[in-house]
Amino acid sequence: MRCEKGRYAQLFGETFRLSACTFGGGFVIIPLMRKRFVEELNWIEEQEMMDLTAIAQSSPGAIAVNASILVGYHVGGLPGALLTVLGTVLPPLIIISVISFFYTAFRDNPIVNMAMTGMLAGVAAVICDVVVTMLKGIFKQRRLLPVIVLLAAFIAVRFLGVNIILVILACGLTGAADTLYRERAGRERT
Amino acid sequence: MILLELLWSFFQIGLFSIGGGYAAMPLIQRQVVDVHPWLTMTQFADIMAIAEMTPGPIAINSATFVGIQVAGIPGAIVATLGCILPSCVIVMTLAYIYYRFRGLKMVQGILAGLRPAVVAMIASAGISLVILAFFGQRALPEDLSGIDCIAVLIFASGFFILRKWKVNPICVMAGAGVLGVLLYSVFP
Repeated sequence: MRCEKGRYAQLFGETFRLSACTFGGGFVIIPLMRKRFVEELNWIEEQEMMDLTAIAQSSPGAIAVNASILVGYHVGGLPGALLTVLGTVLPPLIIISVISFFYTAFRDNPIVNMAMTGMLAGVAAVICDVVVTMLKGIFKQRRLLPVIVLLAAFIAVRFLGVNIILVILACGLTGAADTLYRERAGRERT
Repeated sequence: MILLELLWSFFQIGLFSIGGGYAAMPLIQRQVVDVHPWLTMTQFADIMAIAEMTPGPIAINSATFVGIQVAGIPGAIVATLGCILPSCVIVMTLAYIYYRFRGLKMVQGILAGLRPAVVAMIASAGISLVILAFFGQRALPEDLSGIDCIAVLIFASGFFILRKWKVNPICVMAGAGVLGVLLYSVFP
């Protein structure tokens, strides 16, 4: 693995900072990680990040923790994974520990509420930016099947409330069937 | 003894909350309110509100909070550890399998099928977050007049800046927080 001491420190620092910014539930860290590790640092390829997301989604536990284990494992092996888990867990651990001593005051403080409401809108903007970039990637393939899978999965998750594990299984099977079909079509042509 | 109980309770929460975030809520409630007398229902509602306001996964946030209430800082560390232990073992095994077999054509096909689904899930999470930011609740209300114009303004300027200049998202979020304090105090 391409790893030296500086890379380990950076790995920890990056996940620590990202984790400190994941307002609005754990899933938010995925687009943030994608933006940082794929677009800015080039540590992970676009396709690989999507695969890691699917694995993080279908494993038990907090998605943010799962995703950071996968990113850490990819960049720095087992020590990398342990560092990224630590980086992801420490910010909430510290913040909640501090808050728990005066949590009613924190909950009712108007300034805190204003900052949090503003940051929530900021996080929503970051996620929408990532979604637009990802959608462009799907449409750039110029194939119909990914677009159909995208729409079907979106309707299933958003409007029908289908279990995410079932959606992932169905899409995986579609991918497998597509591969078999294309191999057979390719063999008949030759 | 209490530390072992905390570890075991949050180990179960970590193991059975598949799909993340809000899927973990009922499991946490069962363990810390029903099975163990660690939190009252009011305290549980409080920690859910705080977990939503502060960064980090809900399961980790509540593990820390419950741990502190029950056994101080060591309790917080043990509960968090229990919560992430199942993930560490299972996800690292999956990561090993993924990097070993992803060269296979079939595995590539399956993964290619998953990618649009991942985009769909992120899009859905994004829409939920936009609704939460604009209306202060998870579901879209029937009456849209309660929209928070300041949040819309912050969202729109953040989105524009990100698309146009590709700035670091953390700067956008910090800016959004500062802007929130300024705008909400000037236009209450």
